[in-house]
Amino acid sequence: MASITLEGLKKTYSGDVHAVQGIDLTIQDGELVVLVGPSGCGKSTLLRMVAGLETITQGTLKIGHQVVNTLEPAERDIAMVFQNYALYPHMTVYNNLAYGLKNRGFKKEEIKKRVHNAAKILEIDDFLERKPRRLSGGQRQRVAMGRALVRDPKVFLFDEPLSNLDAKLRVQMRVEIKKLQRRLKTTSLYVTHDQLEAMTLGDRLVVLNAGKIEQVGTPMEIYSRPATMFVAGFIGSPAMNMVPLKYIQDIDNKNLSLNLPAPTDTLGIRPDAICLSPPESPHLTIEATLELFEAAGSESHLYIRLANSEQPAVIRTNGQPPQHEGEMLRVYVAHEALHPFDSRTGKRTD
Amino acid sequence: MVENRPFLDFMTHLVLITGVIVVAFPVYVAFIASTHEPDAFVRGVMPLLPGDNLIESYSTMLKSGLDIGGTPPVWLMLGNSLVMALIVAFGKIFISILSAFAIVYFRFPFRILAFWIIFITLMLPVEVRIIPTYEVVANLGMLNSYAGLTLPLIASATATFLFRQFFMTVPDELMEASRMDGAGPMKFFRDILIPVSVTNISALFVIMFIYGWVQYLWPLLVTTEEGFYTIVMGIKRLMATADREPAWNLIMATVTLAMLPPVLVVLFMQRLFVKGLTETEK
Ligand SMILES: Nc1ncnc2c1ncn2[C@@H]1O[C@H](COP(=O)(O)OP(=O)(O)O)[C@@H](O)[C@H]1O
Ligand SMILES: [Mg+2]
Repeated sequence: MASITLEGLKKTYSGDVHAVQGIDLTIQDGELVVLVGPSGCGKSTLLRMVAGLETITQGTLKIGHQVVNTLEPAERDIAMVFQNYALYPHMTVYNNLAYGLKNRGFKKEEIKKRVHNAAKILEIDDFLERKPRRLSGGQRQRVAMGRALVRDPKVFLFDEPLSNLDAKLRVQMRVEIKKLQRRLKTTSLYVTHDQLEAMTLGDRLVVLNAGKIEQVGTPMEIYSRPATMFVAGFIGSPAMNMVPLKYIQDIDNKNLSLNLPAPTDTLGIRPDAICLSPPESPHLTIEATLELFEAAGSESHLYIRLANSEQPAVIRTNGQPPQHEGEMLRVYVAHEALHPFDSRTGKRTD
Repeated sequence: MVENRPFLDFMTHLVLITGVIVVAFPVYVAFIASTHEPDAFVRGVMPLLPGDNLIESYSTMLKSGLDIGGTPPVWLMLGNSLVMALIVAFGKIFISILSAFAIVYFRFPFRILAFWIIFITLMLPVEVRIIPTYEVVANLGMLNSYAGLTLPLIASATATFLFRQFFMTVPDELMEASRMDGAGPMKFFRDILIPVSVTNISALFVIMFIYGWVQYLWPLLVTTEEGFYTIVMGIKRLMATADREPAWNLIMATVTLAMLPPVLVVLFMQRLFVKGLTETEK
């Protein structure tokens, strides 16, 4: 067990690609931290630097109290699960799990014990003699996990381990990974571009954008108080509505005074914060046209355009709208559900 | 492509069958000739059915060879060819898989240059550099030895190139996973990369074995002792009779024997061979 400390970590690829631009982060012992961000933002690069598969251009990386910048991956006592699993195709599942232990000079009985133990936890004990080619995607995924598990490392690293699975299996494995991590209490760093996966899995999230950290926090902190417009737009589905302040017209209260902090020029409103009936608390009342109604089972989405400004917005609700498509409707937003931003810096203003 | 067009089917079969006949007929004639009396072949009408001289032709050649041609028994030449083809095939594979491994997996200075130099040697087969190569081999005292027969043929840009192309399709994660599992470069090479390349290795083995087997010019140059004659050059010597008709039945018996080992290698390795050329399983 160990914590991981990243101090000013940078990665510059040849040709002046600044993939990771100075990351400071501490991952506590036993914590599951999810790195989330759009494709190409440097998540994999950062993870691979922790793994030792990429050299560190600048900065310090510690596992526990030891600086590991120049250690070989095998010397860092970490295990990694790859996106394409990277199982050894010519080895049986048993040997796939055993290979790392053999190389580390474990005794035969010990290897056997550990492999069977891991196989039982992951429910792959029936396939131990099969080659990876004869396994389904989900089973391969489990074998890849097993290969990390048998070593009982200080740290688990996951690079989008679920993105090759179908949607149903993905949810199932997500739950299993979380349960497993809770049980083993192994410090874990998990990379994904899927915000839902990140929200449901992580003890804490690190939202990355263009090689920099946008925000670090628990899933709920990040959801309820996004620090930047980027985070606000990235976390949550459908994405948060970003409405320029000047387009907001409260029809009950023509001289709108919201007491917004100084440079605010944009308001973020979550799709589920727009209500079809007025809430008790102080609120805005806005007129809009219903453009499209989308029923998705447990919830439905209303695509609207604000009156006068044609500014589009999405509402998430769980009922039928009272109006037909093309008709005007009134929507309500509680004052406390507004997220004030300054669009010039992209930062939250309150 | 699955199409149901009878005329097209007919045409493709016609072309294929014609091709097979064109290739197989001379082989058949050679075999038939080897089963007849020495003069049956030159009498004007070529026999197309087996004669009754089969056992005699073959046993003569295998046991004693042909004195006038100055060749040793065929089994000796077959043995020499086999040794040569095997050394060439294994040597080529060994050298080229190692150099491809270095080029693909290591970042050393002048890596690209090294690759291009290897690649350029494609333009310099033995036949082109035969005189300097002979000079070198002679100075090293390797005339009339298996080393002299094989070493100059072993370096192979083709095989290096093919292995390089294959290694580049092997996912990097395999190497990374083995690094995590505590395997150093050579351990990765032995435990992962070679097993993953088995089909390619066998395909190349077949090609390189035949390449070694059919060598003619080089063995002709570096061997002057009968004990090192190879089968292909031996056949030529059998025909070099100044004052009388060559013994065609014996020559054809030798030809038939010379064809057998490559055929056996192809038959034996066919499954792996085809897999290696068509399938990319990782
Ligand atoms: N080996 C490399 N050489 C040069 N640039 C790279 C290399 N690997 C990744 N990059 C660049 O670094 C950036 C981050 O890549 P990556 O960490 O893979 O992103 P992510 O995993 O978040 O999708 C990308 O712009 C990518 O093009
Ligand atoms: Mg990635």
